[in-house]
Parts: sequence; structure tokens; C-alpha cells
Amino acid sequence: MNVAIIDYNAGNIYSVTYALKRLGIHPLVTADKEALQTADKVIFPGVGEAKTTMEYLQSHKLDKLIVDLKQPLLGICLGLQLMCRHSEEGNVDCLGIFDAPVVRIQPERHEDKVPHIGWNTLTELKSPLYKGIQENEFVFFVHSYYVPVNAHTIATTNYIQDFSSSLHKDNFYATQFHPEKSGQIGETILRNFLDILK
Amino acid sequence: MLAKRIIPCLDVKNGTTVKGVHFVDFRDAGDPVELGKQYSDQGADELVYLDITASHEGRKTFLDVVRRVAATISIPFTVGGGINELSDVDKLLNAGADKVSINSSAIRNPQLIEDIARNFGSQVCVVAIDAKPAGGSEQKAVETWVCYLNGGRIPTGKNLFDWAKEAENRGAGEILFTSMAHDGVKTGYANEALSILSEALNIPIIASGGAGEKEHFRDAFVFGKADAALAASVFHFGEIKINELKHYLHNEGISVRL
Repeated sequence: MNVAIIDYNAGNIYSVTYALKRLGIHPLVTADKEALQTADKVIFPGVGEAKTTMEYLQSHKLDKLIVDLKQPLLGICLGLQLMCRHSEEGNVDCLGIFDAPVVRIQPERHEDKVPHIGWNTLTELKSPLYKGIQENEFVFFVHSYYVPVNAHTIATTNYIQDFSSSLHKDNFYATQFHPEKSGQIGETILRNFLDILK
Repeated sequence: MLAKRIIPCLDVKNGTTVKGVHFVDFRDAGDPVELGKQYSDQGADELVYLDITASHEGRKTFLDVVRRVAATISIPFTVGGGINELSDVDKLLNAGADKVSINSSAIRNPQLIEDIARNFGSQVCVVAIDAKPAGGSEQKAVETWVCYLNGGRIPTGKNLFDWAKEAENRGAGEILFTSMAHDGVKTGYANEALSILSEALNIPIIASGGAGEKEHFRDAFVFGKADAALAASVFHFGEIKINELKHYLHNEGISVRL
């Protein structure tokens, strides 16, 4: 299988590459238009800041390219956030694949910490992406912004309040958590994504 | 619900795990990658690898260890030791590390915290602090906790709580607090100082120093209000098994990933 990871100067591409290699896939890390358009699967990873990253995508004409991709695409962490309509991080318009906002986590009590770092549970799973995954399994999160629950939500997690830990629309899938850092459960989710046909 | 994290810490020198290891079913007890894999399989939530090598050659060996850990292990890991400038961070992240831990270099050059946060994000930047109360008594008031440099050899004028708050303000993503008064004594973590830190800061606190019994982990979470607990020797010597520890914590009503 031909899997492409979008190379856009974001951190954490190595973790995703290694995780795929553990599944026997040797991904191509690329920003090449044709390579991305012809890949069987595309992964849009990301750790970084929304505004800077959007500007990078725009200046490299990757923004339109991503929106027009037809094969299954998986956005991870910042990737998920950039696929939404708008982010409060840098007050920037994003790709708009998911018609949902990205907002800052607001602590309500003294003990609420930001960023949300660590292992938290997935609930209300509703997608082939979570085939074989039980409710309340733990996956690894690191983020300071979140997407509220909306029509595209396919997994929910609670931290201070319920938020979208995963989104899906058409060929676009996304996780707020890091499947590549979520042990066995994460590997199953990545394998499920690779198994999605269209 | 967000789980409390259990984090084994491995000291690496010239590519080999330093502290003694009693796992009988190990092919190579000294291999940091294999040891980390073992911990990950037992249910560790993250790993910390500290490079205690001094030489330049040893540093290159450590980068190779980081690459092998990233290729093998599917949980997050932090690396520390010998990080003095942004290019050191860049090399370690490029080798596959998820976070870096800076200690003395952050006290000497606090700007480094901001530089790491701006270039790679706050989540990458763990600020480690070694501290103890002046005079050595752990009963001393909050004001007396002083930060130390170079693995605890050199006292600084910095107060633990002031420095931790400054680190947060400069962009640290987490604080790894080691109580030197408790480290190696195995009588429990510095829960009073931990709880003050945890309430004063809005970023996660990792407790370090003092674990000897399973109860000590529970107390660090319940009384110390820590978000994570780090330990080394109790895990390396097999005195506490991580999977048993997590079942114990679960039975004590603490949210853990089983």
C-alpha cells in the first residue's frame, strides 16, 4: 500500500513514520502534489501552532490540495484542528473540511491543567476507524485547543467538558489524540484506517 | 477521564542502562531499548531517558538509542541530559523523541524555555527541577525550598516555587519536580511541596524522588495532587511491577490506564 505523509515542516512526522513501519508500511514523506494525489492513503500529522502552520500550507499551496484529495485521509492532532473552519490559536481561518470551530481549553477548577496531556478515554465511538475498539479505551493526548462535539464527531472524550476526540466526513478522518503514541489501541486504529477502502 | 501517569526513568551512559536490573527474562539487561519495551508492555504510560554521558562520542550513541526507542516503542518518551541549546533539542526531536527535559541549562539560560516553546511547542518542553529545603529538613516552610544545579551539587538562589512559576510563564509544558531530600530514601514523595506546586501552577506536575512502596504513588496523586509519578530503582530492581502498581492504584480509586 502506498501511504503518503504530508511533509509540511511539522514536528512528530517521525513518530507517525515509525508507527507505520511497525505495521509493515513504508510511508513516503512528501509535499509533492502528484505523490499526494496518487497515494492510496494520506496522513496529515502535526504538532505546532495553527496560524504559522496554516500560513505555511498556504504559501506552499498545500491548503487547496488537501481539501481536494479524494482518498482516505487521516489528520492527527493539529492536523484535525487545521481541517476545521477556524482556530482560536492565532485567530486563523483553517481548511474548513469540518464545519466546526477550534477553541482554547478553559480551566474551570483549580486542578484543571492546560495543556491536556496524557491518557484519556474514548467514548461514543461510531466509525469503522474504531472497529474492534471498546468504549473507554485509553489513548494519548497532548493539546491546548479542542473541537466541540458536532455533527462530524465520531468519538468523544471528556476533559473539563466533552469534546471531539475524532471527526469524520466523506473521505476525511481525524483524531485529536496521537494513535502513533497510543500503544496497542493506537496501532489498531491506524490499521483500521489503512483498511478503509474509500 | 484523564489518567494519572506512571513513568519509569532510565539513566543511560554510553548507550547502556546504568542502574541494576533484575529482570531474569532479559536477553540484555543493559539495553535501554529492551528495558523500555518491557516497561511499555507492563503498562508504563511514558518513559524518560536521561543521558548521563559526558563525552561527545557518548552523546552520539545516545542519539542512536533515541532512534531505536522511537522505532520500537509506541508510547511517548522524554529525553534529557546535556541539552544546552536549540540545536540539541532539534537533534533529539529529529531522532524521534516526543519531549525534552531541561534542568541546569534552563536555570542558567531561562530564555531556552521560551526558545523551545516557540520553535517546537510548549508540549515538548519539560522543565526538570531538583530542589530541597535549605537546612535539609523537609518540614521547613515553603520559602526555604531551593533549586540546585548539576544533579544537585550546586545550590542556586532560586526558590522552587518561584522558579517553577517562572518556567510556566516562559512556556514550559510540564514540571518534573525531584525532591532531593526524598530521592533514594524510599519513604515517599515530597507530597506537601508537590501539592503546593500543583495548586500554584496550571501545567502538569510530575513527581519524582522517594518512591519505595505502592502507597507512595497513591499518596503523590491523592495528597501531592501530582499528575504523574516518576520512579527508577523500584522498577529497575523489580521491587514494584508496573502492572501490579496500576491495579493497586485502580483499586484505590485512582484513574489509571489498565
